[in-house]
Amino acid sequence: MRFFEYEAREVVKRAGIPVTDYGFTTDAAEAREIAQRIDGPTVIKSQVLSGGRMKAGGVKFADTPEEAESHAREILQLEIAGHMPRGVLVDPKAEVEQEYYAGVVWDGIRKQPVMIFSPVGGIDIEQVAEEQPEKVGRRHFSNILPLSDFEAKEVIAATGVTGSALNKLVPIVKRLAQLFVENDMVLAEINPLGRLADGSFVALDAHMDIENEARGRHKKLLADLGVGDEETRQAREATPFELAGEEVDSQDHRGVAGNVTEFDGNLGLVIGAGGGSLTLFDAVRAHGGKPANYCEIGGNPSVSKTCGLAKLVLQKPGVEQIAVMMSIVSNTRVDIVARGVIKACLELGHDPGEKIAIFRIPGAWEEEGFKILEKYGVDYADRSVSLNEAARRAVEKIGGASA
Amino acid sequence: MRKDGTFIAVAVEDGAAADAELARKLTEACPVDIFAQGAGGELEIVQDNLDECVLCRLCLDASPPNTLSVIKLYDGDAVLA
Repeated sequence: MRFFEYEAREVVKRAGIPVTDYGFTTDAAEAREIAQRIDGPTVIKSQVLSGGRMKAGGVKFADTPEEAESHAREILQLEIAGHMPRGVLVDPKAEVEQEYYAGVVWDGIRKQPVMIFSPVGGIDIEQVAEEQPEKVGRRHFSNILPLSDFEAKEVIAATGVTGSALNKLVPIVKRLAQLFVENDMVLAEINPLGRLADGSFVALDAHMDIENEARGRHKKLLADLGVGDEETRQAREATPFELAGEEVDSQDHRGVAGNVTEFDGNLGLVIGAGGGSLTLFDAVRAHGGKPANYCEIGGNPSVSKTCGLAKLVLQKPGVEQIAVMMSIVSNTRVDIVARGVIKACLELGHDPGEKIAIFRIPGAWEEEGFKILEKYGVDYADRSVSLNEAARRAVEKIGGASA
Repeated sequence: MRKDGTFIAVAVEDGAAADAELARKLTEACPVDIFAQGAGGELEIVQDNLDECVLCRLCLDASPPNTLSVIKLYDGDAVLA
């Protein structure tokens, strides 16, 4: 779940990292009051959860409180990438000598957080990594063991920063890494991190993303920030296809057949089982397949619920075939899922043998399931076929296989 | 009385189907609501729920021998006994 900039700044401030004397408001008149308090030039920034604010006119500079109010009024009514702003952040226009970058992200492959630092800030770190790779320092660190100063120092020093700046940056990067771990984040980024004329550093912008599943562990922080339980903060609104998936899942209490996300490929997926959905989705893509959707089934959904989900996927424009795949199941019955997906094909007038590229669900009641699949001529695989191989076969069948 | 779904069929002897007590028992026993009682207490088979049958045999246990059959249409009409 992403934080708005004004929330991320508050998290940064609480961690002891210097921030500017900013103010957040939803009211243009109050923006003027904040600008008066700042008593100098200000930057008025739209608080939306999307990039491209500057280009869209969501960031404006003001020399006077009156100008700040006027800009705030405009920005508060400005939609950016389909989002209306939550409010505006009124920030002192800092006289920065140099902009730096400090960030921590979760490395899903190493299963460890990684600190990233660059003396080239204010632009995308990906661009810096591509154009000036020697200016980007990286270091994985443990999210279990205490973090030492030298770990942060190593990352910063690797980019050529020395002396007083190095000494001042170490606690900032270390605190950023600590707040990342303490708050179960997947991203914590200060960009730019500005060095002022007096040599001090100040966070000028921050982006943070907390692990959705960890929200329950950080109720106090979220309450302090005013984040309600109902706020999902998805990157975009649910599509009609995704809403229809929710409808299918809510039709009865048995099992799960939902959590649908729409993509634009030709291979429909009916997938699931304890992380199996993500693994299978990735496997399909790794083999050059183009998924039409992501979804999750499990916990023994009823035949009608499975049928409803499969029908939804089969009817999605562009879907040529579906792949029905799960890891080995113990709490979902193979025969029930088989009935559901075959019934979906039949009710839509399709031949299940042609429409189902592969059925790979081994586990409980598989003998019954395989009998059903055989009767309808559906190509199926047992547990001797890996998830990866099943995904490859599905992609190959639909004509999108990589070598 | 017999009703067929896509995968499962259920047949009940006509005499047994008229038995309100048996209808009550079956309605209570079936976990996926394949059975219901009509206005007069007689047994009804709910067509929409036939394919939800989980082959649990609770209906067979609740019925007198040879009065009720569950048929697996996908398995050569094998009868659950």
